[in-house]
Amino acid sequence: MTLKEIKDILSAEVISGDHDLEKEIKYGFAADLLSDVLALGRGSGVLTLLITGITHPQVIYASNIFDLGAIIFVRGKRPTEATLQLAIENQIPLLATPYIMFETCGRLYQHGLRPSIARIKNG
Amino acid sequence: MAEAEENIRFHAMFHIEGGNFMNGGAISSRVKKILKEAGFPGKIIRRTSIAAFEAEMNVICYANQGNLSLLITPSFLKVVIKDEGIGIPDVNLAMTEGYSTANEKIRELGFGAGMGLANIKKNTDEMILTSKLGQGTHLEFIIYLDGQNEG
Repeated sequence: MTLKEIKDILSAEVISGDHDLEKEIKYGFAADLLSDVLALGRGSGVLTLLITGITHPQVIYASNIFDLGAIIFVRGKRPTEATLQLAIENQIPLLATPYIMFETCGRLYQHGLRPSIARIKNG
Repeated sequence: MAEAEENIRFHAMFHIEGGNFMNGGAISSRVKKILKEAGFPGKIIRRTSIAAFEAEMNVICYANQGNLSLLITPSFLKVVIKDEGIGIPDVNLAMTEGYSTANEKIRELGFGAGMGLANIKKNTDEMILTSKLGQGTHLEFIIYLDGQNEG
């Protein structure tokens, strides 16, 4: 699905990357722990959306490492100014939705978005 | 883990300021940029950047200051992170997934889950960690460029 569709499904606001709304997204990864993003983001890439409540600049640095397609902040959270500037610099689109993480994931899954990683190997 | 001086194609060193959470990840982003510009395969870049990110955050979270060196040779990438700080009392324990001494501030930022060192090991081919209590920690890791990292 496109970022535009994600925006509509989640009544989301586009904070940056307005011109990127046709970008294709196929996978999702949700985490509020950057440690988890760093440990489990391996399969991710440009087709992946990060669903998170982390709004400080490290989320952009971490996303940048995986070349993630876009980030959506849940629970109505807004990025800090430093985060926004870094996202613009790194050309990572940012969206914000009022829905909580569970609802966000559920709606996206229902519309065909699939996990970038479904389960860990040894757990 | 010794490398012949003449084989070093590139060497850069970056300073890491302890406690500067705002910039956490900035150095590893620069490492990633260097590797990308040098044309390394995506997987090599990703593995190195992830390990560098974790190592950088460790310095920010636990040390007063440190530096990260990136060495590129024809056969491997090597990253060395030295810091001045409290050090690690029990290196084996610190390597255990889930073990963490992180404070509330670190956890609030989404770090400190005790996954960092294990994640560095997972993403690298060789890793050496030594620490002197009250003085600092020395971490180095190597990623081989043997053609098995395409993609």
